[in-house]
Amino acid sequence: MSLELIDVSKRVGVEQHIYPTNLTLEAGGMNILLGTTLSGKTTLMQLMAGLDKLTTGSIRFNGEDVTRTAVQKRNVSMVYQQFINYPNFSVFENIASPLRVARMAEDEIKRRVCEMAELLKLSGMLDRRPSELSGGQQQRTAMARALVKDADLVLLDEPLANLDFKLREELRDELPRLFANRECVVVYATTEPVEALLFGGKTATLHKGRVTQFGPTGDVYRKPQDLVSAEVFSEPPINHAQVTKNGETLTLVSGASWSATGQAAALPDGTYTLGLRPHHVTPAQSGSQPVEVDGNVMVTELSGSESVVHFHLGGRTWVSQSHGIHPFEVGEQATLYADVSQAFYFDASGALIAG
Amino acid sequence: MKNPSRFVPALYIFFLMLPIYWLINMSFKTTNEILGSFSLWPREFTTENYVAIFTDPTWYMGYVNSLAYVSLNTVLSVSVALPAAYAFSRYRFLGDKHLFFWLLTNRMAPPAVFALPFFQLYSAVGLFDTYWAVALAHTLFNIPLAVWILEGFMSGVPKELDETAYVDGYSFPRFFVKIFIPTIAAGIGVAAFFCFMFSWVELLLAKTLTSVAAKPIAAVMTRTASTSGYELGLLAAAGTLTIIPGAFVIYFVRNYIARGFALGRV
Repeated sequence: MSLELIDVSKRVGVEQHIYPTNLTLEAGGMNILLGTTLSGKTTLMQLMAGLDKLTTGSIRFNGEDVTRTAVQKRNVSMVYQQFINYPNFSVFENIASPLRVARMAEDEIKRRVCEMAELLKLSGMLDRRPSELSGGQQQRTAMARALVKDADLVLLDEPLANLDFKLREELRDELPRLFANRECVVVYATTEPVEALLFGGKTATLHKGRVTQFGPTGDVYRKPQDLVSAEVFSEPPINHAQVTKNGETLTLVSGASWSATGQAAALPDGTYTLGLRPHHVTPAQSGSQPVEVDGNVMVTELSGSESVVHFHLGGRTWVSQSHGIHPFEVGEQATLYADVSQAFYFDASGALIAG
Repeated sequence: MKNPSRFVPALYIFFLMLPIYWLINMSFKTTNEILGSFSLWPREFTTENYVAIFTDPTWYMGYVNSLAYVSLNTVLSVSVALPAAYAFSRYRFLGDKHLFFWLLTNRMAPPAVFALPFFQLYSAVGLFDTYWAVALAHTLFNIPLAVWILEGFMSGVPKELDETAYVDGYSFPRFFVKIFIPTIAAGIGVAAFFCFMFSWVELLLAKTLTSVAAKPIAAVMTRTASTSGYELGLLAAAGTLTIIPGAFVIYFVRNYIARGFALGRV
């Protein structure tokens, strides 16, 4: 099963919500749309579902053109960030509603709904109204309704964003299991890089209405095509700074320098942008090529198992993320180590050229 | 007394209820007692005023007529306002905000302005002195009001609910009737209540557009002058009965009205 977007774009008035996009999403594994708020994830999903009209382009499902097919006839299902259920229906009727519309036999409806309720731990509350459920249960109900009809295309628009931390972790673990034996194209929109990495599958990074990169999640993470994709797929945000290459030596804007190795060694002399993920900047030397960087500490965040330190470096804010508790004073001149063997190098246009 | 501020609501309710009490008090007195003396409760308790109303068709038909055109108007206003409010809450179209505000300004126009054109128009098409005449005339200010109230309630329902229904396979009409209307039932209740009340208390158009067959109770009440002066007892009884339908309706929607206030639409 596959969903193909061909030159799909969406324009409202003078605003371009989605720039022409080509994407082929396949069944098996999740397809993740990763991007910040307003990057166009929801719009793209609505276009995929047929809830919104395309400005240009076409959509194919299994090779068949469905651009002009009404959403009711497409066999899609969708789960939103808000917990959307029919308030006047019981949980049972909520889950059963797509089957009722499809005029399925009563026995079959009952069997399917009970099976779904079992799977999503809703068995005890089938008679209740959605308003009598907790947030997590409401979202499970919405999820059950999306899964019960065996849709060909399942769209999940930040389904975990409004849940509290514990429930989110729980549902996040369950999700891949729910889709494990289903033949359908699953699209999952999220703002959190961590979720993309957890689910694996394939990831498309979105930025201001453009898909900047699409591929297996691991590849997109390890080899961002350009600076924008790297920024989208990094939390805390990726550090970047100007770096100058002169012969064998690379010099950071802050003054730190090291000798170029690997792909960086092959770069011609000139000025580039260096990108380095926060967990490669640590208070202790680590990795294969640690380079000392100094900075003025602005903010420190300590959680139980890791330290996040924001500091000034060459006019930019850099972030260091490391295991363990490393107390730094705000305002202190700190010495940190950047493992430059993990660095990405981008040219003036933002394209990845080494790393 | 430890806390004098608790007298404030008590006083408020006292002054609020005083005229209503006096009306009910009068309705159980004879006209002679009302005119002849000052008494806090009926000295000669009589129900003959009520008996007079319920046995005389010119009286009780006034209530029947009023209830008929008010109900007709309520059903008409709400059913026309539902799709209009849906459009205002869900779609953006050219001039939508201006149109919405213009609708509301209709509510502000004095009914007297429309009395003459309506009279002439309805006479010409043979609607004069029918329930439809008054019901239609009252939609002039009740539809904008109902649209305004319903739009508030509808905008409180996320549009994702509509989308979820379409994704589930519901067609628009089926979604609207089976899911959307029950979801905003409270809003429909509030809108219906206000349509009912405004139509019930409106006198000028109702009086102008009817003569005999559809004469509203308020018009009947203005014609109690007889050779022996006004029959005040009878008038008080009629007034008391006029309050009842409104009180009855408000009892059913009291909880929803609070929600309407919270949405800033009542």
